[in-house]
Amino acid sequence: MSNLATDPVTVPLSNARTLSAEGLTLTRGSRCLFRHLSLQVSSGEALMLRGANGSGKTSLLRVLAGFTMPDEGRIFWNNRPLAPAGSEARHLLFYVGHANAIKDDLTTLENLAQALAIDDVALANRTPAALSGALDSVGLLARRDLPARKLSQGQKRRINLARLLLIDKPVWLLDEPTNALDTDGVNLFTDIVNGHLKRGGLVLIASHLSIPLAGAAQELNLDENARVRLETIA
Amino acid sequence: MNAPRSLSRLEFEPLPDSSSGMVELSRSPERGFFVAAARDIFLAFRSKGEVIQALVFFIVVVSLFPLAIGAETALLRRIAPGVVWVAALLSVLLTLPRLFASDHLDGTLEQMLLSPFPLTLIVAGKMAAHWLTTGLPLALMAPLLGLQFGLGGDELGVLVMSLLLGTPILSMLGAVGAALTLGVRGGSVLVALLILPLYIPVLIFGAGAVEAVATGIDYAANLSLLGAGLLFGALATPFAVAAAVKISLD
Repeated sequence: MSNLATDPVTVPLSNARTLSAEGLTLTRGSRCLFRHLSLQVSSGEALMLRGANGSGKTSLLRVLAGFTMPDEGRIFWNNRPLAPAGSEARHLLFYVGHANAIKDDLTTLENLAQALAIDDVALANRTPAALSGALDSVGLLARRDLPARKLSQGQKRRINLARLLLIDKPVWLLDEPTNALDTDGVNLFTDIVNGHLKRGGLVLIASHLSIPLAGAAQELNLDENARVRLETIA
Repeated sequence: MNAPRSLSRLEFEPLPDSSSGMVELSRSPERGFFVAAARDIFLAFRSKGEVIQALVFFIVVVSLFPLAIGAETALLRRIAPGVVWVAALLSVLLTLPRLFASDHLDGTLEQMLLSPFPLTLIVAGKMAAHWLTTGLPLALMAPLLGLQFGLGGDELGVLVMSLLLGTPILSMLGAVGAALTLGVRGGSVLVALLILPLYIPVLIFGAGAVEAVATGIDYAANLSLLGAGLLFGALATPFAVAAAVKISLD
């Protein structure tokens, strides 16, 4: 019993969830975006990615999501290697980038329902009542049956906020999630992220805005010379 | 509608327990096939225009030949299988860009790669939906067009059978080309150049089956070869397409 903690499969802390990366290096063309980057985010923690345009924030999120293979380095979940886009990664990671994955031909409600079907969210969490409730929370209930082509850019973003409310993946990788959102939308987004942190989720956000987060947060600064500065805020 | 929302409405379900360090994996990954197929068929019905365009294109191209060649029944009967098959092939080619391009552009493919369902099954579902909305209508429309060329009952039957076996292969090979050219400028022309040579065997065996029955030779061999191609394609192409989609997202 005493060597239970050294068993590689058993994680000593109950409910520990940790996403970590070690020695990530990515070169795009002749430019090195980051070199030997390591990070660690645990349950209830947020990591804000900062940096100028083109400093590699999106690339880092895409590496963590498994879309891009890093030149070097590995990603771990609870200290076990996480295969990029492998089955485990696909059950853990949620990513929304610049593209909203919204179909103009579908209505607001249909877009949400289709997205959640692809996400394989449990049927109990996507009943018509649950979908309407989520749309109500993001202020889109009145636009429920409107084709998405009639929605503004910010409203399309809000459909993805509704999706965040219903998804049960622990790790959220969000690339400029507040783009096109109004002040109220940013507040709503902050509430949703804080709710997720409170239930023990992990959030990595690339954003220029400072978002008031509940709980521990780290800030990772990427600069033009591939230098990385990691600091703890709040 | 921009009124501030109360926090109490933003309630979350607790996250699935992962205290063992392991993630509980999807209940039934094979549902990914049906989810993706149902989604694409739903989308096709929502924008019927594209489905109908391909069908009308097929009808118009086939109908051009009797007009151009004249009412020479014997000649028309002889070229009918080839004409219908070439038109079907071009018609499928026309629809290939919509298979992945719009999903690539709006970020849906990213979501599909990170879906709990395996990407291979998702793209297989998309390919099945593509066939149901292009190949199947073409095959069902073919007998009407065959009548224009004076084909007999046996020939019409074999024509439909060859199309039912052959058009799924066109969808599957086409999906490989469409996925490989994602994000490439002038992709639709490139798909044609890439895929048309691969379509040649399907064309030969498909049109050959109808020709065989017209000349009284056994046509079963042609259909068997199409069937074999169909099985091989169904097993191999989803993996190739999934790999190509992954590359396009890098």
